[in-house]
Amino acid sequence: MKVRFLLLSVAALVGSNLAHGMEVSGHLTLEGRAFEDGPAYAGQDNRATGAVIFEPELYQSWGNGDLAFEFTPYFREDSADPERDLFDVRELSLLWISGNWETKIGYSKVFWGVAESQHLVDTINQTDLAANPDGEDKLGQPMVQIVYVSDFGDFSFFALPGFRERTFPGRQGRLRASSHVDTSRTRYESLGEDERVDFALRWKHYIGDFDLGLHYFSGTNRDPILIPIERIGGLPRRVIPYYELMDQVGLDVQMTKGAWLWKLEAIARETSRDRYSAMVGGFEYTLYGIMDSVVDLGLLAEVHLDSRGEAAPVVFNRDLFLGGRFAWNDEADTSMVAGLFIDGNNGSSMVRLEFERRIGDSYKLEIELQKLASLDEADVLYPLREDSYLQVSLSRYF
Amino acid sequence: MNTYIRKNVLLKITAFLALSSGSLYGLTAEERGLQIAEEMDRRDSGFGDTSAELLMELRNKQGETSSREMSMRTLEGIGEGDKSLIVFDEPRDVKGTAFLSYTKKVGPDDQWLFLPALERVKRISSSNKSGPFVGSEFAYEDLSSQEVEKYTYRYLRDEDLDGEPCFVVERYPVDPKSGYTRQIVWVDQSEYISRKMVFYDRKDSLLKTLTFSKYRQYDGRYWRSHQMTMVNHQTGKATTLEWKDYQFGNGYSERDFDRRSLQTTR
Repeated sequence: MKVRFLLLSVAALVGSNLAHGMEVSGHLTLEGRAFEDGPAYAGQDNRATGAVIFEPELYQSWGNGDLAFEFTPYFREDSADPERDLFDVRELSLLWISGNWETKIGYSKVFWGVAESQHLVDTINQTDLAANPDGEDKLGQPMVQIVYVSDFGDFSFFALPGFRERTFPGRQGRLRASSHVDTSRTRYESLGEDERVDFALRWKHYIGDFDLGLHYFSGTNRDPILIPIERIGGLPRRVIPYYELMDQVGLDVQMTKGAWLWKLEAIARETSRDRYSAMVGGFEYTLYGIMDSVVDLGLLAEVHLDSRGEAAPVVFNRDLFLGGRFAWNDEADTSMVAGLFIDGNNGSSMVRLEFERRIGDSYKLEIELQKLASLDEADVLYPLREDSYLQVSLSRYF
Repeated sequence: MNTYIRKNVLLKITAFLALSSGSLYGLTAEERGLQIAEEMDRRDSGFGDTSAELLMELRNKQGETSSREMSMRTLEGIGEGDKSLIVFDEPRDVKGTAFLSYTKKVGPDDQWLFLPALERVKRISSSNKSGPFVGSEFAYEDLSSQEVEKYTYRYLRDEDLDGEPCFVVERYPVDPKSGYTRQIVWVDQSEYISRKMVFYDRKDSLLKTLTFSKYRQYDGRYWRSHQMTMVNHQTGKATTLEWKDYQFGNGYSERDFDRRSLQTTR
């Protein structure tokens, strides 16, 4: 916490002293969610819900961008679930580029990986699960990142002082299990708890048709184990997150060959209790200009595997993802991704659809649909069986 | 003796005919077309690097417009194609989105996209070359660097365009994935720069016309058009590109065009 505070103050100080000619951009979003069915659990809000999200970005650079300051706070206010309210610092950083060296200090976001249906190797930033069940939203992570760029690839070193806890929907919120996650009683394997300094190394390179990445991570696992502390009629009513320590190695590869993208992500993890591996792999094949139009259709197929099999406490253990990505290539950048997830063991399935389109110059409409069907009682998603939803959001960009 | 004289006379006549007719210096129409393309390339080579601001205006059939703003930098390739980096500023929802392209003289280009919302760098397929660039009437292949090797050529005729004497050259994309069967280019005879291009689609129907205007010369040598207008005859849509703040000699290196720079450049 002290280290985090220090980073925050340094960055804020730099920001406030040099806030001159700063570039301001960002978005204000109104989001509404309606659920197909009534809630499955007592205490959950019964109505459609709404949220307001505000994410401004302040940016300033000096010396042709060799020194850059960035501040992106994030505010979210939900109509029903106070656990979904959030103030987060997505970015508050200072970047310094000197020849082949890059140094970044502060809160930041890093993306690793190549797959579409799951971001398995994307380890650094914690998931803001309360934001969206798809796990694409990430919390800012305090870090010192040093990158050396060479002819043999980019070598990155990360020191990560301070751990960010995953956000979960609260008692009143939908898209949760029978139990709600009590984040006030979070426990850690590390004696340093959330003040432990984690480390990571990453190598990223590009050779011909291949984009390659390797990483090593040592620190607190971003994925918590949920331990029941209160039961009612055999069902856990309250769980607390427990964050283990782990060592992880991972690989991500993409081969780009004509209209084909072949993708593979794999990790191997070791904790004090367990050792397992997982992978996601598949392809994206794009049909350009279908039916004599300018519309592109990308066909996606990805397979998820976890060495722990059905027992793995993750959504994707032996699953198949099939999807289509439409790009209209019009002036509104209209696009849609539709995907079907099928559990290879129990046949449970989930459909997700994401549509977006710009309106005028500065508005964007996004529609998202998630439908759970024929869920098996043994499936990790079974608790969400009543939570199929439609989400519509309108953003104003500035 | 007799045979020798006859041969000699014949050669002279042939040479004279060749010089006075369209096939100058005894070149075929294909060789002459290639020669013009090579001369265009030679006159533009050595520029090193450029940067520019770009305003793109899209107009549909009803006359409604929308615009995009981006900055672009280019590094001249020596023995290979050019590298370019485009960063979007408007519309605001795509602000910070960046597109990196390594042009190849032969074979598919290498391309990456940076999506700032996820901080994600994505290698993308370059076989969408005939697809529209950000919804405009420009295809990716219209905007990528025009390497000589990407086409075969045929000289057609000399013709005045707006009072300027031009070579009219037809060229045929080598890549079967190109959206065109052929393009006809009007090349300014004094400066060897493109004045106009006409594009024919895969069915060999007239598709688009591109007009280059507001040429300005840099370093006493390199010509750059500051306004390019592409009209699609089949859809009635049009896109205008306005180039501002052209700068040469920025001192860019390969480092300014790698995947890290894709993430850090604004």
